[in-house]
Amino acid sequence: MKAAVLVFPGINRERDMARTLRLVSGKEPAMVWHADHELPAGTDLVVVPGGFSYGDYLRCGAIAARSPIMNAVRSFAAKGGLVLGVCNGFQILCESGLLPGVLMRNENLRFICRDVFLKVERSDLPFTRGYNAGQVIRVPVAHGEGNYIADGETIARLEGEGRVVFRYASPDGMIDPNWNHNGAINAIAGIVNEGGNVLGMMPHPENHVEAIVGNTDGRGLFAGLAEALEKAA
Amino acid sequence: MKARVTVTLKTGILDPQGKAIEGALRSLGVDGVASVRQGKVFDVEIETADPKKAEALLNEAADKLLANTVIENYRVEVLG
Repeated sequence: MKAAVLVFPGINRERDMARTLRLVSGKEPAMVWHADHELPAGTDLVVVPGGFSYGDYLRCGAIAARSPIMNAVRSFAAKGGLVLGVCNGFQILCESGLLPGVLMRNENLRFICRDVFLKVERSDLPFTRGYNAGQVIRVPVAHGEGNYIADGETIARLEGEGRVVFRYASPDGMIDPNWNHNGAINAIAGIVNEGGNVLGMMPHPENHVEAIVGNTDGRGLFAGLAEALEKAA
Repeated sequence: MKARVTVTLKTGILDPQGKAIEGALRSLGVDGVASVRQGKVFDVEIETADPKKAEALLNEAADKLLANTVIENYRVEVLG
């Protein structure tokens, strides 16, 4: 794995992400500044971390999505390169056009910071090969704007093509409005692009990879990615 | 020249902030408000003096950055 973690002004989860990538893959990721025009040579995974890029000015992720490095990420993704966006990273991927839809203000208007349960819808992606389809994992969320929405046609296409990868669920995997904490349409917590190589998700799997924090359910995502990339190399 | 771009949520897009403001107005006793939708206003100064060019530039700014056309509409006005 030769990961690049993007760093924008106002991002604050890049070190959690780098720590997780290092712990799980054994390799040090590159930290890449938003004003750079190119990814480091040999990059095989781009991670857009969480935080508050540009203080969430204008719209969450809107300004970061237009920064120079994102052009490099767009061409990397177009060639099939793996891109993972978490939280603000998901918002940035939507704003940059790499993923469809928008993350709106949470339905209850509150910033939500707690553990949630996610149903993993499919296990055949590099991002989810560390899980079984239908498995429920417990990971934290911390966001004020995570309420996913897109036009009806886009939602139908996402569902029809199996591109909803994670859904907010009950601990036993039931999709239920009571467990859909931010009001996202169809309880959508994470989606992939058409090629299945760009994943955006609101929850933070990188924060549940060490036994010392009480839960390691997020580890599967990074371990699966490391494995997939090793095989490809 | 001066110009203004107004960005509003598309019809049918849920606006929880507008709803909260609506509720606050009601609790303040401001009666007769049927609904509130929150939007954004950008006051922009433009270098050109040509209103046609100004309008084209503002449309470009709105399309590229000021509005997310998945959920928002925008209107540009050249104020002179």
